Amino acid sequence: MIALLRRDLKLAVRAGGGFGLGLAFFLIVVVLVPFGVGPETELLSRIAPGILWVASLLAALLSLDRIFALDYEDGSLALLATSPLPLEGVGLIKALAHWITTGLPLTIAAPALGFLLSLAPEAYAYLLLSLLIGTPALSMIGTFGAALTVGLRRGGLLLSLLVLPLYVPTLIFGAEAVRRGADGLDPTGALLLLGGITAGTFALLPFATAATLRINLR
Amino acid sequence: MSMWEYANPKRFMGWTRPVLPWTFALAGVCLVVGLVWGFFFTPDDFRQGSTVKIIYLHVPAALMAINAWIMMLVASLIWVVRRHHVSALAARAAAPVGVTMTLIALFTGAIWGQPMWGTYWAWDPRLTSFLILFLFYLGYIALWEAIEDPDTAADLTSVLCMVGSIFAILSRYAVLFWSQGLHQGASLSLDKEENVADVFWFPLLVCIAGFVFLFIALVLMRTRTEIRARRMRALEARVQRA
Amino acid sequence: MLTGVNFDVGAGQVLILRGPNGVGKTTLLRTLAGLQPEQDGIVEYPEEQGAYASHADGIKAALSVTENLTFWADVYGQRDVSLAEVLQTFDLTDLRDRMGGTLSAGQKRRLGLARLAVIGRKVLFLDEPTVSLDRTSVRLFAGWLQSQHLAQGGCAVIATHIDLGLDAPELDLTPFKADLAAGGGSDEAFL
Repeated sequence: MIALLRRDLKLAVRAGGGFGLGLAFFLIVVVLVPFGVGPETELLSRIAPGILWVASLLAALLSLDRIFALDYEDGSLALLATSPLPLEGVGLIKALAHWITTGLPLTIAAPALGFLLSLAPEAYAYLLLSLLIGTPALSMIGTFGAALTVGLRRGGLLLSLLVLPLYVPTLIFGAEAVRRGADGLDPTGALLLLGGITAGTFALLPFATAATLRINLR
Repeated sequence: MSMWEYANPKRFMGWTRPVLPWTFALAGVCLVVGLVWGFFFTPDDFRQGSTVKIIYLHVPAALMAINAWIMMLVASLIWVVRRHHVSALAARAAAPVGVTMTLIALFTGAIWGQPMWGTYWAWDPRLTSFLILFLFYLGYIALWEAIEDPDTAADLTSVLCMVGSIFAILSRYAVLFWSQGLHQGASLSLDKEENVADVFWFPLLVCIAGFVFLFIALVLMRTRTEIRARRMRALEARVQRA
Repeated sequence: MLTGVNFDVGAGQVLILRGPNGVGKTTLLRTLAGLQPEQDGIVEYPEEQGAYASHADGIKAALSVTENLTFWADVYGQRDVSLAEVLQTFDLTDLRDRMGGTLSAGQKRRLGLARLAVIGRKVLFLDEPTVSLDRTSVRLFAGWLQSQHLAQGGCAVIATHIDLGLDAPELDLTPFKADLAAGGGSDEAFL
């Protein structure tokens, strides 16, 4: 399993794009928002938590279709399925690799972009924390979506349609935590629920992912 | 004979043929009686005036929107466990009906919302939940359409339906956490004292029965169509082999 | 797709599957490997000894030849394989630092087959292992199969159209082709 994780990370770094693209997309979305809603600092600072969360969610979505597609095309996925690795483990590792290459960089970059949107100073810690807790869930749910659409030629758009509704609870609790932090309220409840969602997805979705992969490999 | 034998495609076609027109008729009678009774023979509400009468469309549609998803979930489970083709096709057939019910609930809600709350749309937990349900239906239908092999499609959509159900419930509670709403409490429940008054309650029950029969009739009809489509595929495959 | 197929392959033996395209060789091998459920019948072999290889090699363009092989060795928990020896056997020594993406089709194929030598599995299910190999490479592969794999008690079921030069029994699948109208496709349940 460690070997698979190491391979996926190596591939992500070498193939380029993967890392940078998501981050660049994140940056662009955040930069576009002020053009859309106007430059008033007060307004921006009020909507900053939501914008940052929605933007990171979209950036995570961007690279989902590559989680399994390449391995499916070149046959690695069938070979992995017949290898001693359990497919549940493969799903888990794929989600982890996706998180390390997109979720983690997004989390680290988010405070800098919060600056652009004049996010309230009290909220930075919660922004970092909520993204750190929440983005793994985005990767795991996305991995499940990628497994559902892996056999389809034009699965990208369908993947977004399937995954985005599943992102709703994560987004709500994540953004709510930051918002409460910014308003000086206690965000513990939202953060705990967010953590619960992440733990739940990691407990359940590897099995659903493995089941869908098996169906798609038939 | 076990009840599962009714799920054999041939048997299913056999027993649904006579049942279908009766179901449609029952749905029609209930709807006409319920709606006419509700619209013309009930008093206006003392606060909401005559606008309250949209309840006879709104509540049954909203109920069926949720029940259709639950029915799809059950049908998906049956397909996964027992692999009855009819079950998978019934789930597929129910989705567009469910999505229509969701739309009816959303639209009638918007029309009712305008005089009541002064707005067609508000990000109220109930309204938002239905919007999310609508998105779930869209994804489910799109996945069915996208996959060519019918058995693979049935398997994958079943998994999606199960996972989606968990997330739909999660979303419901997340939305409650996110916003306190304008929407009134449930119009109907068995354990509550203060339901809507009896004068509204009986025509509403008739309307709900009408929607249930309508749903059953539509799903049966669509399932029969799906079965015929599969028969055609099988016949075409035979011709090609010959 | 196939019905009534029955065979035993013992240690050190190879079974060659023959038959025209579309008869069900690939389906049979994938079923044996556990990728597809069997509709009926029994497949028996020590589960932790099976391995499958098809036309698709699963070679990563952005990994070098050595990295590709080490990855599979790691996945199968083979810590003490001699990579140098395997590279030698499949004539990949000079290519070992080349990226997978720069290899020719035949070289990729050799790398794909070399994977079988590093995973340490005894029961191999091979689907057209010699596609796009030249004659020399086919001999390399047959040589490895004979002198290493089979000599150490392994066995293999191979679907192929060419003569590998092995002294092995052949099984023509043509007579086992199922009458599709009788069973077969899932749509038939609707008629």
